[in-house]
Formats: sequence, C-alpha cells, structure tokens
Amino acid sequence: MNAVQDALDALCGETGVRRLTVEPGRDRRGNPEPVAPISFSAGDVVCIVGATGSGKSRLLEDIEWLAQGDTPTGRRVLVNGAAPDLSGRYSGTGRLVAQLSQNMNFVMDASVGEFLDLHAGSRGLTLDAARRGAIIDAANRLTGEALAADHQLTELSGGQSRALMIADTAMLSTSPIVLIDEIENAGIDRHQAIRLLQGEDKIVLVATHDPSLALLAPRRLVLAGGAIVDVRRRTPQEELLATRLATLDRLQERLRNDIRTGLSLDAYLSDPAVPTVPTAKENA
Amino acid sequence: MKLITVAGPPACGKTAVILKTAVELRGHAVHAGVVKFDCLATDDDERYRRHGIPVQKGLSGSICPDHYFASNIEESASWGAREELDILFTESAGLCNRCSPHIRDVAAVAVIDVLGGINAPRKVGPMLRTADYVVVTKGDIVSQAEREVFVARVRDANPRARILPVNGLSGQGAFELARLLREEAPDRADVTGSRLRYPMPGAVCSYCLGEQRIGSAHQIGNVATLDLTSAGGTP
Ligand SMILES: Nc1ncnc2c1ncn2[C@@H]1O[C@H](COP(=O)(O)OP(=O)(O)OP(=O)(O)O)[C@@H](O)[C@H]1O
Ligand SMILES: Nc1nc2c(ncn2[C@@H]2O[C@H](COP(=O)(O)OP(=O)(O)O)[C@@H](O)[C@H]2O)c(=O)[nH]1
Ligand SMILES: [Mg+2]
Ligand SMILES: [Mg+2]
Repeated sequence: MNAVQDALDALCGETGVRRLTVEPGRDRRGNPEPVAPISFSAGDVVCIVGATGSGKSRLLEDIEWLAQGDTPTGRRVLVNGAAPDLSGRYSGTGRLVAQLSQNMNFVMDASVGEFLDLHAGSRGLTLDAARRGAIIDAANRLTGEALAADHQLTELSGGQSRALMIADTAMLSTSPIVLIDEIENAGIDRHQAIRLLQGEDKIVLVATHDPSLALLAPRRLVLAGGAIVDVRRRTPQEELLATRLATLDRLQERLRNDIRTGLSLDAYLSDPAVPTVPTAKENA
Repeated sequence: MKLITVAGPPACGKTAVILKTAVELRGHAVHAGVVKFDCLATDDDERYRRHGIPVQKGLSGSICPDHYFASNIEESASWGAREELDILFTESAGLCNRCSPHIRDVAAVAVIDVLGGINAPRKVGPMLRTADYVVVTKGDIVSQAEREVFVARVRDANPRARILPVNGLSGQGAFELARLLREEAPDRADVTGSRLRYPMPGAVCSYCLGEQRIGSAHQIGNVATLDLTSAGGTP
C-alpha cells in the first residue's frame, strides 16, 4: 500500500471519502483473487465488466456492505486507507454508498417537488427553491421530455423517472460512492448522467455489458469466476473508438426522438453518421 | 436451538427472506426449519419443502390468528427441538396490524416492503415496533431516494432495531441477516413461561363468540363505539 498516501489520509481525518480501496479476496472456488488492492478516488468513474454470473453484482454488494472479510468473497473494503466505521450498516442512514436500481419508475405517491422535500427531510435538511430548481434542471438535461415540480412522480415516463433518480442521487444524496448496475439506455443521456455524478465528486462504479458505456471509464475491472482477474486501462485507440460509438449513440437518440415526434426518417439515408453498407436489395 | 419469530404484512416477502436466509445458513452447516402460521390457506409449506427445509403449518381457521400463534408456539418449539434444528423460524402474517407474535428473549424479525407507502412503518404497529431486526424488502423496485425516505420512517417507528435491506429475489442482504442471527440470536429451545412482548387485545364480545347479526341488540361484552357526533365530511 502507498505509505505516503496513507499518512496524508490519516492527517486529513474523517473528512469524507477521498479514497476507496478493495483488497482482494478469493474466487468462487476459493483461490486467491489474482490482483493487487485496487483504489478509487473521488471523481473516478470505473466500469466493471465480465460474463453473466462472473461476480459483477457481488463486487458492488461487497462495496455497498463495506465488506470486512465477512462476505462470500472474503474481500475487504477500506475507506481512506483504513477499516471504515461500520455503525452505519444497520441504521440505514449515513451510508457511504448510494445504488441506482434497475427499475425505471417511482412508486411513491407524491409530486416531484414533494418528493425532493421528503428526501431532503429524511436526512434532516430543508431544500430551498433554488436547490430544488437546480436538481430539476439537471434532470431535464438528461432527458428529452421536461419534467416540473408539480408533476406527479407516478406519471413520469421511464426516461423522466430515471433522469430524476440520477439527478437526485447526484445532488441530494450525501453518499460519496454511487453504484450503478446496468444503467438503462432508454430515454436518457448516459454520458451526461455519468458526468453529472462525477462532477459532484462521487466515486462512480458501473457494472455493464455495454461497450459504449464501458469505454466511458478510463479504467475497467474484468471479472471472471467470482474474482477480479484484470484491471484494464483504456487505450488511446479505445478512446477514439469511444468517440465514434458516441456518434452512433447520438444517432440512435435523434432517430428515437424523430420517430417519437412522428417525423419521416427518409433524410437519414444520406446522413453521414449512418453506416453505408449496401443492402441485399440495393445490390440486386 | 434458536427460535426466531418472523412477522410482516401479507406478501411483503417473509417466505422469500426466510428461504434465502435458510440457504445461507445451510452454507454454514446451520440446519433451519420453519413453522408457518396462517389463517385460511397457504402454499408456503410447499415452497419450503421444495428447498429441503423441514416445515410444519398451522391454520388458525375460525380462531384469531395471533391467539392461535400464542397457544401453539410452545409445541412448535418442541417440534423444532425434536427435529434437531439449529434454528426454528416461525412465519406469521400480522393480519390486522394490531398484534405481534414477538416474545421476550426470542429473536424477533419484522419484514416490511418498500411498496406499502411511507406511512406503512407507523401503521404496521407492534410487530415492527417491538422487533430486534427490521428487514426491508423490494428495494430493487424503487429509487435510492425512496429507499432512504422509507428507512428513515422505519427508524422513526423503531429506533432500537437493526435495519437490514434484503432482496427477496436475489438474496442480497440475506448473507448478513444469516450472520447476525447466527451470532446474536439467543438459544431458546423452550419457551414455556416466556412472555409476549405486546399484549393481545382485551376484547371479548358477542362477535368473538360467533355472533353474525348486526345491531346493538346483539352486542354484548367489550364493545367500543365510534364517536360520530362531530360534523365530519369535507373541510
Ligand atoms: N468470489 C465469490 N465467492 C463466492 N460466490 C461468489 C463470488 N463472486 C460471486 N459469487 C456469487 O455468484 C453469483 C453470481 O454473481 P453475480 O450476481 O455477481 O454475477 P453478475 O456478474 O452480476 O452477473 P449478471 O451479468 O448476470 O448480472 C452470486 O450468487 C454471487 O453471490
Ligand atoms: N422485486 C422483489 N420482489 C420480491 C422481493 N421479496 C419478495 N418478492 C416477491 O413478493 C411476492 C411475495 O413474497 P412472499 O415471500 O411470498 O411474501 P410473504 O407472503 O410475506 O411470505 C413474491 O412474488 C416474491 O417473489 C424483493 O425483494 N424484490
Ligand atoms: Mg449482475
Ligand atoms: Mg409467506
């Protein structure tokens, strides 16, 4: 471990999470996890990739639980280089980790404004109009269809709900670590969403099967058989590829919007972003 | 043997949580069984059996389910001991929210799902307020913020309890619940002479005895009357 960094951490004391470290445990067969301890700093975005059942969600659970060798993987999670205070485990509050769930809809019977007030209230905060407006504006930058304070939560579309959940997690949740298990594509700008979370100095961990999302992160952890087997850094070539894939994502988004608004898609045939592979019909 | 009372509203995930927890316990060579209490019918015994978990069921039928529980728990515990269980769970649905099966010096778990609305933790009453562990299920269906608001309400209703999110489908959190129960739950193979944590209602009236007719002429015994003299209606 980095002694200088640890000494600095000790000097800074308990002022928030600047560094999160996962110490290796064992894979599903009990063999040691073949990697060195992995650290994340505030503002980091890291993706977690691997086949179905490889242990991506388990890794996120270990982090959420601040595992201390007391989960099936035997991993230990350190905060600022030391074993964290575990008293938050059972109180349900003051948790270090917020998790964006896979669901797309709210169930609470309240307006958007009431919901934000309630959430702030549950942490003993009161929300002024400016802060509330800022959260709603941030949500609206993630989705095509604008939402407002007096909209009912349960009437929001999937995209609007998702956008509000992300803006709320970024700006109202005090948890310094955000875990995202398979962020949905539908109706939100995912790149913008990750930037929003990152900009609030959160540590963002994203488990995904989606290459375009995986390449957003400078680092990705590769999981297999229940263990982290590799830590890959994004190469310059991959970064280039990422910008091209982003063009495709934006094309998809434009197509989705236009088809939703009832427009003709004819013009896309000559759009430079659309791949020009001749179809069998054109070849004939 | 450890006895553990598990209670919560219908369909909140009690069986799902017990199943996931029993499987985790089995991984630690801890042998768990269940006595399921219900009113009229249940398929839960089949679900437990399918997972190889020893199970008994008791249907209260025409008797108040909580009274039925209290008058059968002693024999249930003896059954668990005869089966040489390490842990015996009782599962019961607190049907009217008035009562609670929890017993002093016996580990008490309340299960509640996040879908019941943010006032649910207050409405569920003594089975949640007197529990040692409150398990919050179905968090996967709602947002982080809704989970946080809900948990804050649970904590208001029962500040003493350990609150644990458990996903009844994936089992997330069951590992921790299993560990807490293994390490903390007291050994209680025999509950003879133990006391309930919360008293049953002090109401014996004609309807308790099978009366079906409506009207004051048919009401005898402990009857409470709703005060309808104020204006009421819309403000
Ligand atoms: N190191 C380990 N030791 C023991 N069990 C493990 C380990 N890692 C993962 N598991 C278990 O393996 C199962 C599958 O893992 P997990 O759900 O994390 O996979 P996943 O990568 O998220 O899959 P998907 O892509 O389908 O979501 C889980 O029950 C998990 O608890
Ligand atoms: N999405 C989700 N569903 C759950 C969860 N826990 C239980 N369920 C489902 O809720 C329903 C009722 O669960 P069950 O265990 O039978 O509830 P019980 O009546 O309290 O025993 C079932 O369909 C379960 O699959 C959970 O954490 N998340
Ligand atoms: Mg997963
Ligand atoms: Mg059940």
